[in-house]
Amino acid sequence: MLLTGNISPVKIEQEKLYLDMGLSDQEYDMVKNILKRRPNFTETGIFSVMWSEHCSYKTSKPLLSKFPTKGPHVLQGPGEGAGVIDIGDDQAVVFKIESHNHPSAVEPYQGAATGVGGIIRDVFSMGARPIALMNSLRFGNLTTDRVKYLFQEVVHGIAGYGNCVGVPTVGGEVQFDDSYEDNPLVNAMCIGLINHDEIQKGIASGVGNTVIYAGAATGRDGIHGATFASGDLAEDSDKDRPAVQVGDPFMEKLLIEACLEVIHSDALVGMQDMGAAGLTSSASEMASKAGTGLEMNLDLVPQREQNMNAYELMLSESQERMLLVVKQGGEQEIIDIFEKYGLAATAVGEVIKEKVFRLKQHGSLVADIPVDALAEEAPVYQMPSKKASYVKAFQEMKNEIPKVENHAEMLKQLLQQPTIASKESVYDQYDSMVQTNTVVTPGSDAAVVRIKGTDKALAITTDCNSRYIYLDPETGGKIAVAEATRNLVCSGARPLGLTDGLNFGNPTNPEVFWQMEKSVEGMSEASRILDTPVISGNVSLYNQSKGNSIFPTPVVGMVGLIESLEHLTPSFFQQAGDSVYLIGDTKAEFGGSELQNIIQGKYEGKAPSIDLQIEAERQKQLLKAIRQGIVHSAHDLAEGGLGVALAEGTFNEKGLGVDVEVSGNPTAALFSESQSRFLVTVKPEDKEQFENIIDHATEVGSVTANAQFIVRTKDRVVIEEDARALHELWKGAIPCLLKSKA
Amino acid sequence: MKKVTVHVTLKQGVLDPQGKAIQTSLHSLGFPEVEEARVGKYIELHMEDDADIEARVKAMCDKLLANPVIEDYRFNVEEAVQS
Amino acid sequence: MKFAVIVFPGSNCDRDMYHAAKDVLKADADLVWYENSNLENYDGVLLPGGFSYGDYLRSGAVASTSNVMQQIKAHAEKGKPILGVCNGFQILLEAGLLPGAMLRNKNLAFMCHQEPLVVANNQTQFTTGYEKGEIVRFPIAHGEGNYFCDEQTLADLKANDQIVFTYENNPNGSVADIAGITNKQSNVLGMMPHPERAVEELLGSDDGLRLFQSVVKNWRESYAVNR
Repeated sequence: MLLTGNISPVKIEQEKLYLDMGLSDQEYDMVKNILKRRPNFTETGIFSVMWSEHCSYKTSKPLLSKFPTKGPHVLQGPGEGAGVIDIGDDQAVVFKIESHNHPSAVEPYQGAATGVGGIIRDVFSMGARPIALMNSLRFGNLTTDRVKYLFQEVVHGIAGYGNCVGVPTVGGEVQFDDSYEDNPLVNAMCIGLINHDEIQKGIASGVGNTVIYAGAATGRDGIHGATFASGDLAEDSDKDRPAVQVGDPFMEKLLIEACLEVIHSDALVGMQDMGAAGLTSSASEMASKAGTGLEMNLDLVPQREQNMNAYELMLSESQERMLLVVKQGGEQEIIDIFEKYGLAATAVGEVIKEKVFRLKQHGSLVADIPVDALAEEAPVYQMPSKKASYVKAFQEMKNEIPKVENHAEMLKQLLQQPTIASKESVYDQYDSMVQTNTVVTPGSDAAVVRIKGTDKALAITTDCNSRYIYLDPETGGKIAVAEATRNLVCSGARPLGLTDGLNFGNPTNPEVFWQMEKSVEGMSEASRILDTPVISGNVSLYNQSKGNSIFPTPVVGMVGLIESLEHLTPSFFQQAGDSVYLIGDTKAEFGGSELQNIIQGKYEGKAPSIDLQIEAERQKQLLKAIRQGIVHSAHDLAEGGLGVALAEGTFNEKGLGVDVEVSGNPTAALFSESQSRFLVTVKPEDKEQFENIIDHATEVGSVTANAQFIVRTKDRVVIEEDARALHELWKGAIPCLLKSKA
Repeated sequence: MKKVTVHVTLKQGVLDPQGKAIQTSLHSLGFPEVEEARVGKYIELHMEDDADIEARVKAMCDKLLANPVIEDYRFNVEEAVQS
Repeated sequence: MKFAVIVFPGSNCDRDMYHAAKDVLKADADLVWYENSNLENYDGVLLPGGFSYGDYLRSGAVASTSNVMQQIKAHAEKGKPILGVCNGFQILLEAGLLPGAMLRNKNLAFMCHQEPLVVANNQTQFTTGYEKGEIVRFPIAHGEGNYFCDEQTLADLKANDQIVFTYENNPNGSVADIAGITNKQSNVLGMMPHPERAVEELLGSDDGLRLFQSVVKNWRESYAVNR
């Protein structure tokens, strides 16, 4: 694209150049109406990024309003850099998840790295110290060199940035499916800790106050990244390479320390990071929220390259930049703090009364736009929705039990499915321990981070089984939220709230929009019943390649509070002689299961059913038992069902085994993916107390000392394997896939 | 103005796992003729001319740009072309 | 005894080191920003891990040229205890306070997990709290922890008993399984594994606590003798 400010407003209209920049004919006319004249090149660019899906949520807004966002503990819901939830003692937890899918598809290392950098800035711009990172990743199957490259480089990028910046990556999830082959999903979540009186907002209030630009200088990085992120990923997306930004985690580390010092200055009024659409969105959003206007002199913006025009300066997505509004007269105090860390901070403009966004460069006016037109009044579309045609057939299919001849062999195969297999080779590359708070390191149901100086800890998880959502978006949406709460409860935590990372295909396709609508409805209902308000989130659309949409993937990032470290509960078996309980009912539910994937090589049928009332009740009971100190270990049943959960229970250095007897059809008992189930171990002397608390617990066997994995039915042994051998298979699967030739 | 180009390379005998990885990768891409790959750094310095420029740059290399325990360096001083 | 925890731009284990010294060990400690610092009143110096100056150019290279390193060298000459962990070790190597250099891990990947170490020398002021040959578990977290030195240097390290910790299962390719070494006088210890991450059983290991306790105990004893 020709990046020049010399193109005349008339030419933009006549040649419809605005179409290339991301505005529709109708939107261009709206702009003309707002301005009562034709927009110039810079203004057209500003409107197009601010009205892109990434900044305005123009197609997803009507859906997002369905989420429950309030609760007695919610201090800040959606709308700021990140949401905030009270955790007592005048402390609060701040968190948000964000996607960086399209940049990662084009340049996986930098795409993933800058995704991490961006989400960290969202959290510390609120005034919170970032204490943990999580991620949720999706790739195609590890069978082609390109997918292997994307997978490895995304992981390197997350490690490269997170490790350097000194925020531990404490967990996450990685799943593999063909639908993500050309369009990987990279969702990063950051969790911060804050004292109530330190919460900052991104507002530009106080006419006459000064706008300060801090951090890295502006280059031509990622120009039009926001619209690029919202557009179709074309097959020749390699051409888009210059739109990908490059991250500098060292600069970010300095910015964190400087900004967390700045929040203690009375001179600070508001602070926001320059994320998607850079200076444009941060400045106009800060003014819009405060009901003010902003005037900036672009000649004062620190510039890394020569001859940058207004369009480039306003739309650049150079990383590690912050925008601050500072009380008039307090500028030097703020600038001095940044300088201590070797960072540039410069006054670039001021807050004005008139609610306009006014930009000057080289002595002339280059943009003059009503602020609210960019932010609050951006167009919102109610997209047509149509029930996906495949769903009807799936709903009519019967739940049948697949034929499995050899359950031991099937268990081994399941343990080596990359979605189930150990991710140790991934998370070993992340510094999961820096800040010395990580009590439960990656590899458990939930990560646990203690809060120094208290007896409390936070449990964190990211979850989304997109196969269920593909089969049945509403049920799948419920399951995504329920699974996250399950993981937190197993670790001993009470779920506090969630952040959603909504990744979908092309919303102009009514069937895709229907997937969005239904999954959001399912998630909303689960959030209400399980009492986990949605406090922040992100939407990524147009995730598709070669015309096919990805599986609908609304990732749930959730944080829970462990009220006493005594409640901490591990996910694997603790002691030989403990009784093994299965909580919940097992039905023949194989739609979207790993077993179906192995046997049929595709997903079809009904998603597992879920009753949210039962789910809530069961979680409440389990948490009660945990708090009474009678649960030795707790693990939720997910992909691969009971068989996989039992095996995972033995996967640690203790060298324990398990011996259980299952009833009914062994295939269903072992591999069905029925929901709302837990695997729990209890000391023999606590059994009675445990059974009194839990309604649907069945004792299925016991933990053994000999590292043997044994599953029986009434009349025969179904599986008898060396637990350590199963552990090795599970651990070695992904490294083995990466090594094998495509 | 002078443009100084500094090349820093690992000493012979120091294991270069990055170079090894590149070599392996090139082999698998169908370039079996690559017998060895060594990875180094390239640093460009733009500086005012000075009678001692060679000695000054050598000092820079010894003090900071290269680590004599594991690295060798060589540099070249040329006339800077104004862009 | 009072420790200075030196903070460079990009240090990120500084608060962890401070927490270990101050809150767990209950010793006196300050976080000391590298610029305009005065180390005169400190009895020991702790160089924490992280990515000083982004580890751009070479890990620890830029930090090793800063002014505060002159003061640290003076402390080292006086025999005061200096501990460099991870990036702190890399800085000590780059500054020439310890021999050798760091290369990238042999598998080219960053690695972070608990690693068993062998206490190879328990006669230093850092390790008297351990048994010789004892296996301890410390976390490692590094991408460039592959210790390298030439044969002569290695022979010297062995002859002078400067190798303090070795890896039981060498994870990164280090020469002679080296995880930590001292200078000849044995008052400067550099190590890649993180003792400050191993001071609380809650976080998986408290084997590192004895390292700090040894330093304090030996300082007290020498202080009593010197009085």
